[in-house]
Amino acid sequence: MARKILTEHINVPGIETFDVYRKQGGYTAVEKAIKTMTPEAVVEEAKKSGVRGRGGAGFPMGMKWGFLAKPEGVPRYLVCNADESEPGTFKDHHLMKSIPHLLIEGMIISSFALGANKSFIYVRGELMYVIRILEKAIEEAKAKGFLGKNILGSGYDLELVVQPGGGAYICGEETALLESLEGKRGNPRNKPPFPAVKGLYQSPTVVNNVESIANMSWIINNGGDAYAAIGIGRSTGTKLISASGHIQKPGVYEIELGVSVEEFLNSDEYCGGIRKGHHLKALVAGGSSVPILPANLIMKTAAGEDRLMSYESLSDGGFATGTMLGSGGFIVFDETACIVRNTWNFSRFYHHESCGQCSPCREGTGWMEKVLHRIEHGHGSMHDIDLLVDISKKIEGNTICPLGDAAAWPVASAIRHFRDEFMWHITNPQEASQPGAVYQGEMALV
Amino acid sequence: MEEIKPQLIKITFDGIEVEVEPGTTIMQAARKIAEADESQAALVPPAMCFYKPLSASGGKCRACLVRVAQGSAKDPRPMPKLVPSCITQVQEGMVVENTTNQNVLDTRKSIVEFLLINHPLDCPICDQAGECHLQDFAFEHGSAKTRYEEERRTFDKIDIGPHVQLHMTRCILCYRCVYTADQITNKRVHGVMNRGDASEISTYIEKAIDNDFSGNVIDVCPVGALTDKTFRFKNRVWFTKPEDAHRDCDKCSGKVTLWYRGDEVIRVTARKNTWGEVNDFICNTCRFDKKKTSDWVLEGPSKVKRSSVISANKYRADLVKKPDFALKLASTQFKPIDDSRPYTTDEETIRHQSIENNDKANHRSLLAKNN
Repeated sequence: MARKILTEHINVPGIETFDVYRKQGGYTAVEKAIKTMTPEAVVEEAKKSGVRGRGGAGFPMGMKWGFLAKPEGVPRYLVCNADESEPGTFKDHHLMKSIPHLLIEGMIISSFALGANKSFIYVRGELMYVIRILEKAIEEAKAKGFLGKNILGSGYDLELVVQPGGGAYICGEETALLESLEGKRGNPRNKPPFPAVKGLYQSPTVVNNVESIANMSWIINNGGDAYAAIGIGRSTGTKLISASGHIQKPGVYEIELGVSVEEFLNSDEYCGGIRKGHHLKALVAGGSSVPILPANLIMKTAAGEDRLMSYESLSDGGFATGTMLGSGGFIVFDETACIVRNTWNFSRFYHHESCGQCSPCREGTGWMEKVLHRIEHGHGSMHDIDLLVDISKKIEGNTICPLGDAAAWPVASAIRHFRDEFMWHITNPQEASQPGAVYQGEMALV
Repeated sequence: MEEIKPQLIKITFDGIEVEVEPGTTIMQAARKIAEADESQAALVPPAMCFYKPLSASGGKCRACLVRVAQGSAKDPRPMPKLVPSCITQVQEGMVVENTTNQNVLDTRKSIVEFLLINHPLDCPICDQAGECHLQDFAFEHGSAKTRYEEERRTFDKIDIGPHVQLHMTRCILCYRCVYTADQITNKRVHGVMNRGDASEISTYIEKAIDNDFSGNVIDVCPVGALTDKTFRFKNRVWFTKPEDAHRDCDKCSGKVTLWYRGDEVIRVTARKNTWGEVNDFICNTCRFDKKKTSDWVLEGPSKVKRSSVISANKYRADLVKKPDFALKLASTQFKPIDDSRPYTTDEETIRHQSIENNDKANHRSLLAKNN
């Protein structure tokens, strides 16, 4: 059994209530941090742990905290990004609804470390029942003296606010989230200035993912070094992976970073393997925005080593043979999946969710979707494949926020690895546009 | 007290060294080079959304992306992505590549292609022709053809207030008019609705822009999406003659450009600088209600770049550079007309040929009618 940090107590009956959570050792980290540590010492533990942002970017959390500007007389804010909405990613949702106090405990410790007296949890608007669960948990923690004025008699005050989002994917981008939180249209801001300098209400702000913050209680209880000892290389600790698609056991799993992809996919502890009688065709390792990989490349890196579930191993030095761990949305496709239809579907999502502020994303995402629609529905031409590659290149890296990259990568990688399938759609339009039609040509199946 | 000047920052832009004050953006540094030497004007990155008088503008259209080959003297690493020059501040020792970098030029070309997806190339009929920033941008950096085959979006024209007409079909969502309304008027009643390529500039339901400075949204629009209803399609800009003028106004600076056709003032706009940006925003009274010469104190002809279409017919013929390439092209592509027939002077022959030609024409029209 792999080590569990976030989900250790998740199946304990009643863990969503304060009393049960407390009995399982909950809030001891808050007591330890506030009563025995300085904010700087908490930041230091986060740095030592090497925990990286679990929202997708993988930036070291302690280092991000270190960038927070501390001008005199200006409030600082901690914002928890719980606007999870990437297709294939649903681990924060699972964590918040099952064990809300873990997040709240992490929020208290993190806010104390950053010197924030008012913190926000920005939750996707559709998850209204999760918002109610969080609000109830906050009330309980407040009643027990862990939130509000003078926490545990330390003189430290913290108000925690749960803010429902408007239900736009772009509001998961940290600066768009801040705009939305300020009551404005959720358009990303130009960076610099970064939120650590000018964030919410023009004040220094840290935006962290739910899972990142939830790690803080274990890190404080056990020490940053103990956390860093888990995992592999610079990918320290554990990671929640939301597995979906053509597997035996879809769900949310906590893995120790460094587990091999093969073990995660096939062992009974996790996904339980591909559907019976089927073969692996392709895999998206980190949510719909990361490049898709064919079966042969997802099991071995370009150098022939076993591919591991870690930031470094999955990226493999580039996108020609690699992908990203991203937010941990593990989507599996067997040979019954049509890559062209799937790419069109992803592209449809990004087209719909582009905020429309910058020209390449606003016009490019729609253009890609329309070309893919044409190919999928039997009206494509060979020229369209190169056109898609070119559009994706012109979007990638040229937009205000990473949504442009997120829209471009799935298309570019699908064509890179499955060009034959796109060509088949174009050369056999009548056959390919039938419902359920799938290319049966040469594929590297495992 | 002696004024302490801030230490200048030295950067290299397309191989040209320039010293600028701290806090200057790359685009402003490029403009400084062009101000010092007009022949370098082509180096300045194009700007569709950046507008200096409006705070927070810029960074959206991505037309001004440049490559920073060296971040600074302290950190000489290149920046990983192209950066928007209009909002990126310079640092000591920064090396910027603009027209000298092929990737920048290719990206710029693609930005034109993106912008022209939903902006029709209707310059021959658009009211903004000759003053359109996108027209200039596309001409200088774009491709002659598009690869976009899908249906484009279209909108009906709507009046947003008594003086301004919006045609969303031509809008490129630069947000300039939104910032203008937000920053220089009391009541903002318009903004951006919807997301992605479905975004559109719109007024709040049943609202109109009716404050005293609403007309300025026309001046800041880089394309022909927001137009002056009192001038719209009344004339072509190259047939008009701009004159600088002023009047005592209790609301604004009163400094304007009067656009004459003959003796008639057919349009009043705010004065713009070299980069097409308004120097002082003007009120609606000056813009829409004062259209007699007697309302104004004339200062003299406005300075217009010779390369601008506005300068057409305003210079002596011997000073205008002839577009000889067109004549050369014509001479290489068109066959010389061989009309070596002898002239007919005999009236009887002429009459006979005329009857024959009429018969042929009648026959053709009869065929056309039957078909």
